[in-house]
Amino acid sequence: MANGTISKPENRLGIVGWFYAGSFSFERYAYILHRITGLGILLYFLLHIFGSSARISGQSSWESLMHFLGKPIFVAGEYLVFIAFCFHAMNGIRLILGELGFSIGKPGRPVYPYRISLNRQRPLLVVFMIIAVIFILLGGYDFFIAGH
Amino acid sequence: MREPTLWIFHILAGIIILIFLGIHMGIMHLDTILTSLGVGYKNPLNWSSVLIRNKALFFTITYILLLGAALYHGFYGLRNILFELSLGKSAQKAVNWLLFFVGLFLFIYGGYAAIAAYVI
Amino acid sequence: MADQKEQETSVFTEEVIKEVIFRVHRFSPDDGKPPRMQDYKVPVKRGMTVLDGLHYIRDNLDSTLSYRFSCRMAICGSCGMFINNLPRLACKTQILELEADTIEVKPLPNYEVIKDLVPDLSDFFEKHRSVMPYLIREEEEEKIDPPTNEFLQTPDELERFLQFAYCTKCGLCLAGCPTVATDKVFLGPMALAQAFRYNSDTRDQGFEKRLELLCVPEGPWRCHFAGSCSEVCPKGVDPALGVQLLKGQIVFTKLGLKKPHKIAPLATEKPEAKRRPGIPEAPPRTVKKSEKL
Repeated sequence: MANGTISKPENRLGIVGWFYAGSFSFERYAYILHRITGLGILLYFLLHIFGSSARISGQSSWESLMHFLGKPIFVAGEYLVFIAFCFHAMNGIRLILGELGFSIGKPGRPVYPYRISLNRQRPLLVVFMIIAVIFILLGGYDFFIAGH
Repeated sequence: MREPTLWIFHILAGIIILIFLGIHMGIMHLDTILTSLGVGYKNPLNWSSVLIRNKALFFTITYILLLGAALYHGFYGLRNILFELSLGKSAQKAVNWLLFFVGLFLFIYGGYAAIAAYVI
Repeated sequence: MADQKEQETSVFTEEVIKEVIFRVHRFSPDDGKPPRMQDYKVPVKRGMTVLDGLHYIRDNLDSTLSYRFSCRMAICGSCGMFINNLPRLACKTQILELEADTIEVKPLPNYEVIKDLVPDLSDFFEKHRSVMPYLIREEEEEKIDPPTNEFLQTPDELERFLQFAYCTKCGLCLAGCPTVATDKVFLGPMALAQAFRYNSDTRDQGFEKRLELLCVPEGPWRCHFAGSCSEVCPKGVDPALGVQLLKGQIVFTKLGLKKPHKIAPLATEKPEAKRRPGIPEAPPRTVKKSEKL
């Protein structure tokens, strides 16, 4: 590129590459869900710090805040955060195990059809996702059926 | 040499959150199921129930622990996402300091609220 | 006999099974036009790969089409392309197995495009070079007097890194990686897996040196185990495994929970080899032994 006139298109997938998972397996979707749920929980958490600090201003300010947050839209939003937490927590355990080198097996000779680390940790993923769904259902019962 | 240390703290904070936020979520959102099993609080958001937890040292300490761990875990994760947008070195530094000071402020504010609720 | 011959001819049939449309990415730095997609009709025979299809286009339809290939048998790793939204080797992808009437062929994403389907892999090789992908020896004696014997390594020690040594540097893993999609400086699955490969080699003593290069923001901490690199790897190298094991290796070594591997000893004498009974002596040399040897 001595003359500097030739421009090469960068062709990076960009943030689309985070979301676009095409025919990749569930781990890729878990990756982007982990990211989205993480950001969602963080946003909720920052609001929560200020919200729950209302308890130091006494009973009346606490109760007026709780009355305001008792609207169905906030309850539904809170349930979304609960779902996000269940997923993030269960997927998080799987990631901690995997990223520290447990549950993904040892290097071996690549013999076709290749069995890769993702295949070896998949049972773990399935188990944790089932646990997450159980908690999400229990939470749903508590949020909407048992009622507050 | 800083990165692996930050990363391992991220994992440790994750484990702390898993335990204490698990308890917190159980108390707050699985209360009907847990009280029917004989643990937890009925109507955890009622003022009387809040007052009980405010005055319990266990909750004060774990709230502060959870606050610190969650702020670290969340902001490290946010830093990951921001860094992956091809930030330059100076922008990386700015993100580090910004998240550090915002996190510190929130920790002091939230910690103050937890202690004040215990003392008042 | 005749039956068998008939079967053979039916397997290697030259009959055109169907016609597919190749939607090929075109870009030339010389003509000043923006990148675009161009359609070609390609008759497909059994056993035709996407690379064969590109050959057909170049030979019969459009001789200006540029793409990179060499061995056409999934060994050299030159023909990595983005075929129907997955990074694949064109020579290893059967057109009929794609089960599509339109085949979209684009250059590998996350690399700059030089022309048509040719990605610029120089960044990729630079990242590889930056993790010191070679054996590093620290013994002072060896620097003065380089050893001529081999290092002794058990089969078990070999297995610990052999899988990663199968990497052909085709660059598909970085094209699949979601982090590389936005992060220019992230070392990427290939370089990190290679760092693990050399760190785990008992002949290598460069762990400390490589540690400095890896404990940076663009090191393995940018990997979140989406595992796409391993899914697209055409050689079963499993770079995601390498990156996760590398993280564990660094963290556990730092925490003092993992000791550095033992260093392979130098073979001091040639192992004695005995001829098995019944094997005849080799015939006499036909070429004179060089004086130097």
